[in-house]
Amino acid sequence: MTYPIEKIRADFPILNEKIRNKPLVYLDNAASCQKPQAVIDSIVKLYSHDYANVHRGVHTLSVRSTDYFEAAREKMKTFISAQSEKEIIFVRGATDAINLVAQTYGKANIHAGDEIIITAMEHHSNIVPWQMLCEEKGAILKVAPMNLAGELLMPEFEALLNSKTKLVSVVHMSNALGTINPVEKIIELAHARKIPVLLDGAQAIPHTPVDVQALDCDFYVFSGHKLYAPTGVGVLYGKQSLLEAMPPYQGGGDMIRTVTFEKSTYAGLPHKFEAGTPSIAEVIGLGAAIDYLNTIGMDKIAAYEAELLAYATQEALKIDGLKIIGEAKEKGAILSFTLGKIHPHDIGTMLDSLGIAIRAGHHCAMPVMDFYKVPATARASFAMYNTKAEIDVLILGIKNLIEMFG
Amino acid sequence: MFEDLRDLYQEVIFDHNRNPRNFHVMENYDRMVEGFNPLCGDRITLFLKLDDDLITDASFQGSGCAISTASVSLMTEIVKGKTEAEAEALFKTFHEMTTGKDENINFEAVGKLAVLAGVREYPARVKCATLAWHTLDAALKNEQQSISTE
Ligand SMILES: Cc1ncc(COP(=O)(O)O)c(C=O)c1O
Repeated sequence: MTYPIEKIRADFPILNEKIRNKPLVYLDNAASCQKPQAVIDSIVKLYSHDYANVHRGVHTLSVRSTDYFEAAREKMKTFISAQSEKEIIFVRGATDAINLVAQTYGKANIHAGDEIIITAMEHHSNIVPWQMLCEEKGAILKVAPMNLAGELLMPEFEALLNSKTKLVSVVHMSNALGTINPVEKIIELAHARKIPVLLDGAQAIPHTPVDVQALDCDFYVFSGHKLYAPTGVGVLYGKQSLLEAMPPYQGGGDMIRTVTFEKSTYAGLPHKFEAGTPSIAEVIGLGAAIDYLNTIGMDKIAAYEAELLAYATQEALKIDGLKIIGEAKEKGAILSFTLGKIHPHDIGTMLDSLGIAIRAGHHCAMPVMDFYKVPATARASFAMYNTKAEIDVLILGIKNLIEMFG
Repeated sequence: MFEDLRDLYQEVIFDHNRNPRNFHVMENYDRMVEGFNPLCGDRITLFLKLDDDLITDASFQGSGCAISTASVSLMTEIVKGKTEAEAEALFKTFHEMTTGKDENINFEAVGKLAVLAGVREYPARVKCATLAWHTLDAALKNEQQSISTE
């Protein structure tokens, strides 16, 4: 079956938008991607017909909202092939999920002198929560190095694993470079030493099928807004046995079984980690996004995006003076680049005047910028709805701005 | 192709970006302040030589986008020979021009700096243009070694 690109584009109303009188070419998907009509409609329908607080009322609307909310959890379970819906914790996003693990699993299991391993290509959200924990506990953060292509150095990674290592937390796909890490191998090496592994899947999840049981990862985290769903919702997947053993994160309503002034007992999974009223509409929107993605198929999306990346890379390499930052063999649909002396912010503004949205900056990965000795890069990141014609617009824009800078 | 951008990227800006003026480390400076724009990663070090309240020399080092490089280059040219009070007054006028508070550009007051007026149509880039001046302000006040346009 051919990839239904025309239909997909028609499903995303914002793609009809004109920016500075030019058709929008949206290539900032790694920062956040656009929403299909089905997701927008699910929220409108909820607020128009079905909305009330969840898990609380006996009245009809509360029951309806709770049903839709829990149906989204069920869809997510199937989407990432978790064993049980108890393993799907709804949080605010990838950042929130990592902080949750650091503050619960981390606080309970990581002590003075222990070590946590991350990689040289992490997003700040997979660095800072661990630094904070290490500072508090007197633990040590170890960083597995990468080569200039942006590939993790596996022998060096393996050499870091030792009896003091209490957690490995690595990015599945890098947002700054596009690198897809050999997570199966990482997990195998860590598990051989009984070390649990957290995967930051914020970038991987929209681009590739994810099966947490096949991966056998211990935690998997991501944000809804990069998966065609609303902001304010994300997922922490954790193996049930680990989640059961972890202390709760925040205290409040919804996460308790009984409360007296002397002592409270906590609710079971997943509610133990979902204190307070959740992002109801956003979770239901996330469920709608999954339904939508299932109508296309993640494998088809992955194959289509691989074609886009190959085309973009081939065309970019023809441009004199363009340097691609991140040339890993295994790569997702991200093209990070520099143009010699032309600063990425000038690139960003100039492309914007052509209706092209890219990201220019450090991509919340300052250590990666330091590694490549650049203050920033320009980054075009692709999604299921982008086309080769849009890449042509980007490439032509880049060629012209190089000429203008002279 | 970039017709819409000509107000922002004028030839003078490209010229100063390609060949920044007063782009060197100063020996025997009286003031040195680092300016950092964390959003963009623009980073400059500004050097001043003062004779009482007269700015007798200004130079800079660093890296940034075309707008911030041109802005600091133009600034080092224009403030030489000005008193501290004159430079501060110019900062105020420049700030009003770039943030669009003053609709009419006072060409007499800002002189060559008028080429940077285009940034007011690009709110995301205003800090690139004003970083130089915030750094100068800190150097004249002589209170901090580094500033950041957070
Ligand atoms: C690899 C990676 N991890 C984590 C995050 C954080 O996601 P959020 O800001 O949605 O919490 C991002 C988002 O940019 C990311 O790209």
